Amino acid sequence: MPSDLRDGRIVIVGASLAGLRAAETLREEGFAGSLTVVGDEPRPPYDRPPLSKQVLIGDVPAEATALPMRRDPDAEWRLGVAATGLDLLEKRVMLADGESLSYDRLLIATGTRARPWPNPEEGALQGVFTLRTIDDATGLAEALAAGPRRVLVIGAGFTGSEIASACRERGLDVTVAERGPAPLVGALGGTLSRLATLMHRGHGVDLRCGVTVTALHGDGNGRFTGADLSDGTRVEADVCVVALGAVRNVEWLAESGLAAGRRGVACDAGCQAFNMYGIVINDVFVAGDVSRFPHPLFGYQMLSLEHWGNAVAQAEVAAHNMLNPGPLQRPHLTIPTFWSTQFGLNIKSVGVPTYSDHVVIAQGSLEARRLAMVYGYRGRVTAAVTVDMGKVLDYYRHLIETAAEFPPPPGAADRAIAADIPIPSDVPDPKGLSHEPVVALTGYLPDRRLMVVQPVG
Amino acid sequence: MQIVVDLTRCQGYAQCVFLAPDVFQLHGEEGLLYLPAVPDDQLERVRQAVAACPVQAILMGKGVSAGAE
Repeated sequence: MPSDLRDGRIVIVGASLAGLRAAETLREEGFAGSLTVVGDEPRPPYDRPPLSKQVLIGDVPAEATALPMRRDPDAEWRLGVAATGLDLLEKRVMLADGESLSYDRLLIATGTRARPWPNPEEGALQGVFTLRTIDDATGLAEALAAGPRRVLVIGAGFTGSEIASACRERGLDVTVAERGPAPLVGALGGTLSRLATLMHRGHGVDLRCGVTVTALHGDGNGRFTGADLSDGTRVEADVCVVALGAVRNVEWLAESGLAAGRRGVACDAGCQAFNMYGIVINDVFVAGDVSRFPHPLFGYQMLSLEHWGNAVAQAEVAAHNMLNPGPLQRPHLTIPTFWSTQFGLNIKSVGVPTYSDHVVIAQGSLEARRLAMVYGYRGRVTAAVTVDMGKVLDYYRHLIETAAEFPPPPGAADRAIAADIPIPSDVPDPKGLSHEPVVALTGYLPDRRLMVVQPVG
Repeated sequence: MQIVVDLTRCQGYAQCVFLAPDVFQLHGEEGLLYLPAVPDDQLERVRQAVAACPVQAILMGKGVSAGAE
């Protein structure tokens, strides 16, 4: 290993938002060695959030979403070739084309992919889509532009809800099927999920909750024609979008010895990867959706985030730490933040809403469809969600950062009467949902029963 | 040129919508949608929007030009 951390060979696996921002930060912080970025998609880094919004409405072609560079990272881009393996001892990344790349330091930023429909034959029917990549979005936008009789969206998480919203905006009939009791309930809990239900129905979505889709049907030519639901009904539709959440791209690490599993690749607060024994591997770093990291504000539980802002912030910390010795390294302590635009509402979240036992509406009201809801866990503020009230979010971020008392003290002139009435946050077990929270606590709390003993016979 | 708006940071002040309405639009009260690929005739307006954003959430730059091998 070169003694000078600003020289040597760095390989970044993953050429999306986290990979690009890490590459730029490495150069910003003075890395002068060789830099290679590997991406399985043939395209240079692009921005995914517009794919479920501007692109589906028809405002923007999917391929127009390239991410701007902050600076040219002067990297060798190996695009269209997936990494297939990692040898920690030899310090090499194996590639799908048979080549391998040696590194001094490695950043893993392989992100996630859309969870496919569990039945591959049904999932391959023409007219059945998932939404994660430019190609997915191009195909789906074309299918929506063709004026289908009806669109079936499976899963009412953020992506599913945004897709349904875009369909209604295009005047298309849409049915949303969700296994849980309401849209977004896995991410935002009971109260806001009831608002989400009203928004779906108020915009003419045929929302079916508490049902699963049991089969997708095609005509004789392999074209999707409709689906069976668990309540015995059938939905006739020309397009089906499977929005069942994301799968972490960790398969290539299966033999590596890293702590990589379906929740992601575990790393420490400085983005350095753990191996399967929980030992830090000095030269391997992790950032973005594929990572899983401990956060002191949330009981040091491991967090898995699927957030745009986390990909950027964690990539910057990882890149900094790749170039600095231990005492100069920084922790990744960013408070999770995300947004979603759907049915004309802007939903923003800070903190971890699922890490909560109670909520209060601190400003605004459900009736006004404009509010700030604060989430607490054991008497301390852990999250806040705003609907069309983004400007107040920073105040609540400060409360989370300082572990302020819950319910929060009066802080705003338009404080709602409901601010003093905590109600259960009502966050269900994600196992019972078609969608997943985009923030997942993947560690363990001693007071939470994660094992259930089922009596036999 | 390409733009990306850090919508985590965006607070809906809508200065960009005022300065470059053909590129930035509000969807509802504060949901911002925009054209990631800036049309050439909008470049100057978008530059002004980048400078005027109170929370400096707009990044304009070139995309990575490397194609597939």
